[in-house]
Amino acid sequence: MAEKVFAGKTVQVNDEGYFTDPSQWTKEMAVEMAKEYSIELTETHFQIIEFLRQRHMAGEALTIRRVGNAGIVDIKGLYQLFPGGPLKISSKLAGIPKPSSCV
Amino acid sequence: MSKTDEKSLKKVCIICAKGTIEDVYATLVMANGAVMEGIEAKVFFTFFGLDAITKSQMNKLHTGTVGNPAMRMPGGLPFPTILGMLPGVELGVSAMMKSQMAQLDIPPVDEFLEMITAGGGEIYACKLAMDMFKLKKEDLWEGVSDVLTVGDFYGKCGGENTQIIFT
Repeated sequence: MAEKVFAGKTVQVNDEGYFTDPSQWTKEMAVEMAKEYSIELTETHFQIIEFLRQRHMAGEALTIRRVGNAGIVDIKGLYQLFPGGPLKISSKLAGIPKPSSCV
Repeated sequence: MSKTDEKSLKKVCIICAKGTIEDVYATLVMANGAVMEGIEAKVFFTFFGLDAITKSQMNKLHTGTVGNPAMRMPGGLPFPTILGMLPGVELGVSAMMKSQMAQLDIPPVDEFLEMITAGGGEIYACKLAMDMFKLKKEDLWEGVSDVLTVGDFYGKCGGENTQIIFT
């Protein structure tokens, strides 16, 4: 467990940098966190992030397939939005735990 | 996985030589898992593994019900091999495997391959096995990058922090 400061606020994250309390998350924090991955967040990024947060709050286990079928972008699009970690990086930026699914 | 760790895996080359549901899915799950982690993945299908990328067979894979001591009845009782020999049992067991996987959001083979290639993964077929089974490039799934000799495939497996995995 560690603390990090994003957008001027202190938040709790785990060893891998995932939020331990998704309610601490704000959009401004996501923008700042995305810089670490050289990603400039667009409206589409936020649509994905919102979808992930909603599904996580609903208690659903997320898979890349489910996100690809959400009607926002297809799986190829997800890889373009979050290079090198379509589910992992997006989950991190969404302030939710690291996805536990193998698919 | 930290990208700054100098020991991080960069590329996996996966070889699939068998055509049962479990062998093919082990390959697909590992390949998809790699691209989702930002690891390059190249998959080589050979011998019976070619079924996984043959249009007419890819979504009709079965699990063998004979000679698998790890197979159990629903509930955990042993599954006698002699039962696996009865007509229709293999079909039933295979259907059950597929429904269990669907519950975990594991897609059919063709869609799974699409997910892998969407992430930049590459799919190859073995030339020797193709010749042996009298298969042509047009018999294969459209997303197959190329038909390769084993030497050509090894040629794509170089570079530091690369692993070859035989499923």
